[in-house]
Amino acid sequence: MGRKLLTEHINVPGIDSFEVYRKHGGYRSVEKALKTMTPDEVVEEVKKSGLRGRGGAGFPTGMKWSFLAKPEGVPRHLVCNADESEPGTFKDRHLMTKLPHLLIEGMITSSYALGANTSYIYIRGELLYVLRILEKAIAEAYANGFLGKNILGSGYDLDLHVHPGGGAYICGEETALLESLEGKRGNPRNKPPFPAVQGLYARPTVVNNVESIAAVVPIVNDGGEEYAKLGVGKSTGTKLISACGHLNKPGIYEIELGVPVEEFIYSDEYCGGIWKGRDLKAVVAGGSSVPILPKELILKTAAGENRLMTYESLSDGGFVTGTMLGSGGFIAMDETTCIVRNTWSFSRFYHHESCGQCSPCREGTGWMEKVLHRLEHGHGHMHDIDLLVSVAKQIEGNTICPLGEAAAWPVAAAVRHFRHEFEWHVTNPAEATRPGAYYSSKAAVVA
Amino acid sequence: MAKITFDGIEVEVPDGTTILNAARKIGGNIVPPAMCYYTPIKGTGGKCRACLVKVAAGSAKDPRPMPKLVPSCITTVQDGMVVENTTNQSVLDVRKGIVEMLLINHPLDCPVCDQAGECDLQNFAFEHGVATTRYEEERRTFEKIDIGPYIQLHMTRCILCYRCVYTADQLTERRVHGVLGRGDAAEIGTYIDNIIDQDFSGNVIDVCPVGALTDKTFRFKQRVWFTKPVNAHRNCENPKCSGNVVLWYKGKDVLRVTARKDEYGEVKEWICNTCRFEKKETSDWTIEGPSHIQRTSVISANHYELPVVNPQVIADLPESSVRDLENNPPLKLGR
Repeated sequence: MGRKLLTEHINVPGIDSFEVYRKHGGYRSVEKALKTMTPDEVVEEVKKSGLRGRGGAGFPTGMKWSFLAKPEGVPRHLVCNADESEPGTFKDRHLMTKLPHLLIEGMITSSYALGANTSYIYIRGELLYVLRILEKAIAEAYANGFLGKNILGSGYDLDLHVHPGGGAYICGEETALLESLEGKRGNPRNKPPFPAVQGLYARPTVVNNVESIAAVVPIVNDGGEEYAKLGVGKSTGTKLISACGHLNKPGIYEIELGVPVEEFIYSDEYCGGIWKGRDLKAVVAGGSSVPILPKELILKTAAGENRLMTYESLSDGGFVTGTMLGSGGFIAMDETTCIVRNTWSFSRFYHHESCGQCSPCREGTGWMEKVLHRLEHGHGHMHDIDLLVSVAKQIEGNTICPLGEAAAWPVAAAVRHFRHEFEWHVTNPAEATRPGAYYSSKAAVVA
Repeated sequence: MAKITFDGIEVEVPDGTTILNAARKIGGNIVPPAMCYYTPIKGTGGKCRACLVKVAAGSAKDPRPMPKLVPSCITTVQDGMVVENTTNQSVLDVRKGIVEMLLINHPLDCPVCDQAGECDLQNFAFEHGVATTRYEEERRTFEKIDIGPYIQLHMTRCILCYRCVYTADQLTERRVHGVLGRGDAAEIGTYIDNIIDQDFSGNVIDVCPVGALTDKTFRFKQRVWFTKPVNAHRNCENPKCSGNVVLWYKGKDVLRVTARKDEYGEVKEWICNTCRFEKKETSDWTIEGPSHIQRTSVISANHYELPVVNPQVIADLPESSVRDLENNPPLKLGR
């Protein structure tokens, strides 16, 4: 099993309390950064580490930090995006529940690097119990002098606030998150201006995922170069993967990037294979918004190489034969899964969560859901399948925020790789709609 | 100043101008359509995606093309920028898709809609849409909501451009309506029953691109193309009101009063609710003369004329003659 940087002490009893966390080496990075490093040196370490945003897009965190505008006399902010609501992704929740101090430590170190004196954790509204855990941990950090005025006698001040959202998926988009944090309707903003120039309260702001901020802790502790030794190529370090679906051992795994997908699914160290001895049909590798891939393409790339759990390897072949690492929401589906039903389910989610601001997404997500609903319930036509692809194409790239793409990609990919299942629903509606009916890799199986 | 090339035509505009306004400076049929952007109202734009254009070169310094189509109404020009609108087929294809999206949940009740004839969506669909639909599902509908004596809210027709929200924010003393809900269930509403009758609130009728907000004092009285627009003014007691209006006559009766609009349908000067709803006698007004209505408008022509949106036609023309296209539209619909 590879090295664990974030979750090494996750099962220590009482690790969510300040004393136990401190005893296990907690807050070392704060001491190191505030006492021995300048903010720019911290940024430099993060750049050297090659850490890429863990929220989905995979943008290098160090580079994002260096884009932050630093006008004289204007406060800057760091906002932690804990609005984790992608279907299939549940890593941040786990991390915050078990290790609240790890996030707080990362927030202090990162805020110091960015010169932010007020930072926010924007947490999803449904995670109210996690909010309570974080608030308790923050109070402990204040009491022990790690937050507030003049932290550790360094002269650096930081206030940290946790703010719950109302439970809208769209508020995980960084500019919608900022709007929501400002107390407005969570509609994404048009970019430019980017948050690095005009973010929260029109001030320069960096928005980072929980896991990215947590990863700053080992980077500062051990140095960026040490962190970059883990992983493969440009995918450095470790990543939390929340594996779910038809697996023997679903759960959250911290893997070193570069583990082969096949090993991740089948080895006992990780997911332990597909449940009930069934065959794997498809995998959604990075949360519901990334393209679904059939078994052949998720285990091996189109060129026949082993697919690895890295940003590059998973996106090998573009969207024709590849997918994305995304936020690490690994959903495995066995051979009895109905892809049409699954696509409809995803599509229903995006229809429900579209903010309704820009027209392609507002209308297109509903349209796709209705067509998929008809197909799934045996009222579809052959031309509906091409219609889905066409609508997805009309949404993709023409919207304000990436939710449009997130809604379009899974539909387009499902039709691309599983067209025969859609056609089966059209040609054999009576069979296809019977409960328990599915289309295995070989032929239709009616229960 | 920044010099940009828009559809092969060079134009020089001040820094900070949006691509759309630079195109409007050139004028003619190359101007991208705008359904949500409204120059006099701050914060509008970027939502309907009707004005998406291709930026083939970002600026003289960095001539890389922008990866996605950009909304021209909120993207500012850079010196040396090259923009493609009607000369780029992919832009026109996307626009066709936007029309389709805007129309799938629109009730298409133009025959009974008061906005017909001066409707932005009608014009947009006519110029860029297709005659058939691929939408087989049930359309989204809303119950009518009573929002007071002056304005009728017909949410089913709304395209959620947010113009009325920003207008009420910036013109009236207190905004009582907003967008509720999300996705295709989002609607304009007051949440708790409320009346929109703040002074200047009548301007939301003028800014509404569709028939979602209509004038209750004019409802079902007459089709707009059967009325005659006449410019008039009065010395309004309200210092914020310009008093410059358009009276819409049928015979001797003033059927409605609206603010004056420019060729892009944007209000030039705001008018108060008294001028709009209360002063419906000729004796209230000083008549200036007939309003100028564009020859291609359905109000003067009584039928639609298809403007030039064919890139081939534009590409073959020398730059100087593009303006002449307005006077000589090469394509006509029907007769």
